[in-house]
Amino acid sequence: MSNIAEKLYTIRYKVDENSHLIIKDQDVCLHCETKECQFFCPAEVYQWHDEEKMTSVAFENCVECGTCRIGCPHYNIEWVYPKGGYGITYKFG
Amino acid sequence: MATERFDAIIVGGGPAGSAAAYTMAKAGLNVVLIERGEFPGAKNIFGGVLYRKQLEDIIPEFWKEAPLERRVVEQRMWLMGKDSVVTMGHRNEAFKEPANAWTGLRVKFDQWFASKAEQAGSLNIYETVVTDLLREGDRVVGVRTDREEGDLYANVVVVADGVNSLLGKQLGVHHEWQPDQVSLAVKEVIAMPKEKIMDRFNLEGDEGVTTEFIGQLGGMAGLGFMYTNQETISFGVGVMVSDLKRTKIRPYDLIENVKQHPMIRKMLQGGESKEYAAHLIPEGGFHAIPPLSGNGWVICGDAAQLVNFVHREGTNLAMTSGKYAADAIIEAHAKGDFSKDGLAGYDRRVRESFIHKDLKKYQGLHGLLNDIDPKLFDRLPAALNDAAYQMLLIDGLSKAEKQKAAIRGLREAAGGTANLVKLGIKGWRAING
Ligand SMILES: Cc1cc2nc3c(=O)[nH]c(=O)nc-3n(C[C@H](O)[C@H](O)[C@H](O)COP(=O)(O)OP(=O)(O)OC[C@H]3O[C@@H](n4cnc5c(N)ncnc54)[C@H](O)[C@@H]3O)c2cc1C
Ligand code: SF4
Ligand code: SF4
Repeated sequence: MSNIAEKLYTIRYKVDENSHLIIKDQDVCLHCETKECQFFCPAEVYQWHDEEKMTSVAFENCVECGTCRIGCPHYNIEWVYPKGGYGITYKFG
Repeated sequence: MATERFDAIIVGGGPAGSAAAYTMAKAGLNVVLIERGEFPGAKNIFGGVLYRKQLEDIIPEFWKEAPLERRVVEQRMWLMGKDSVVTMGHRNEAFKEPANAWTGLRVKFDQWFASKAEQAGSLNIYETVVTDLLREGDRVVGVRTDREEGDLYANVVVVADGVNSLLGKQLGVHHEWQPDQVSLAVKEVIAMPKEKIMDRFNLEGDEGVTTEFIGQLGGMAGLGFMYTNQETISFGVGVMVSDLKRTKIRPYDLIENVKQHPMIRKMLQGGESKEYAAHLIPEGGFHAIPPLSGNGWVICGDAAQLVNFVHREGTNLAMTSGKYAADAIIEAHAKGDFSKDGLAGYDRRVRESFIHKDLKKYQGLHGLLNDIDPKLFDRLPAALNDAAYQMLLIDGLSKAEKQKAAIRGLREAAGGTANLVKLGIKGWRAING
């Protein structure tokens, strides 16, 4: 099991319609020098798109760790838990 | 949801919350435990070591019924070089009776522990997020949940919502953790036939082994673990969020890289990864501990940074803090005083216990780890490996020459003699001061 897609496939998700993660201001991302959310997130949730000038949020992959809330240098991510019962359910833990 | 008033609301079905709910329910208090997961444990991972002493104080002889994996009889420590390792460890039959610790998995364990609270009379509600604390003036009087008409009221709210503790932030008792106060751990549970695990790790019956490793891990400084379960191995790596930010190494690449280390690859060979997971670990230490109680609230476990990261103890501190909070609430209940003064018994119990003493003992360590050049975590284990290699290699050089070279290597790794001495003194003080 080497790539992230395969890894995330081992987790059971119940996906909500609405994202529990919100980029507060795409303009801040545009000027963010490191765009490091693309690196430190363990579930490859964030991706910067040069053409659209925006950070996309694949919230359905989120493992709810909290790293992005602490790691984004501009605190540009509004972070809450998914609704009760939604999100990840581990099998082993 | 019920509009009745509770003696206490517990937020979070981890070890801290379940310990608090169990202790209060057993004493006859009317309590409700709220967990956001489909069931307790659904959202939780850990490395995998559960200690006997603190849980035994809450549920005597719990090991006769709790879902545990293996009895830890040996602990190994590996100092990693790039393609090498210096090993240390201790195995002892005395760790068996009574057992000192077991390996475990949270999905099973947390469900069991929460069910004990339920059997004792706690009302457990799952799939429900507490979104707000309800206040009247300067008192916390209840919680708001994401259920319809989901407000609940109580004399005390036990905040046991784990490392991210959004509620602790709402209370204003702590601010956002800094990237150098938390580690991100990525973990995989790797299935392997029981016989293979037992042969590979030299085990009999329900014996188990823990291995921690430190040093050059997939291109960055980190700590790793590899614990034997019945039919799986818990394997993971933890790195400071500030280091992740600095190195830009992706966590899932990191764990794959570490698996390629020759020592580790051979231990995991033939295994099949069954689950990937990631979770934060609070590592702020003593100075990051917030006030533990106030008017109508107490805060326990990871939410209060009660983790001894030097010894990977967290669940036991969480359980003990949950129990102490419960004991104090039971006292407050008898007096009818749920103010900060009325709940001060919780702070006092923690202060007088091993939690406070152990965390205090290592208080300098967080500063130390930040103070020294992070490259040292790579370089020192690397220099140790090099020294060991040179000393064991028979190549015609005299032992005296080899010794000199080894010491020179270590000194250089530390950045000169002065630094090596400083590091030694600081480290000693941090641990023994
Ligand atoms: C990789 C790793 C390895 C570790 N290894 C060990 C080890 O070997 N031994 C050890 O003793 N400790 C270990 N620890 C530490 C240990 O896991 C924690 O210290 C312990 O779980 C803390 O317990 P807790 O009850 O405070 O928090 P948690 O176990 O995190 O429980 C908090 C609970 O609250 C729920 N929750 C959170 N917010 C809300 C909300 N708003 N509403 C409703 N529910 C909510 C969560 O879903 C969760 O169930 C490790 C941790 C990690 C991440
Ligand atoms: S790190 Fe923060 S500000 Fe930068 S791109 Fe990512 S979300 Fe935007
Ligand atoms: S919480 Fe963790 S997994 Fe989810 S988006 Fe943030 S960093 Fe990624």
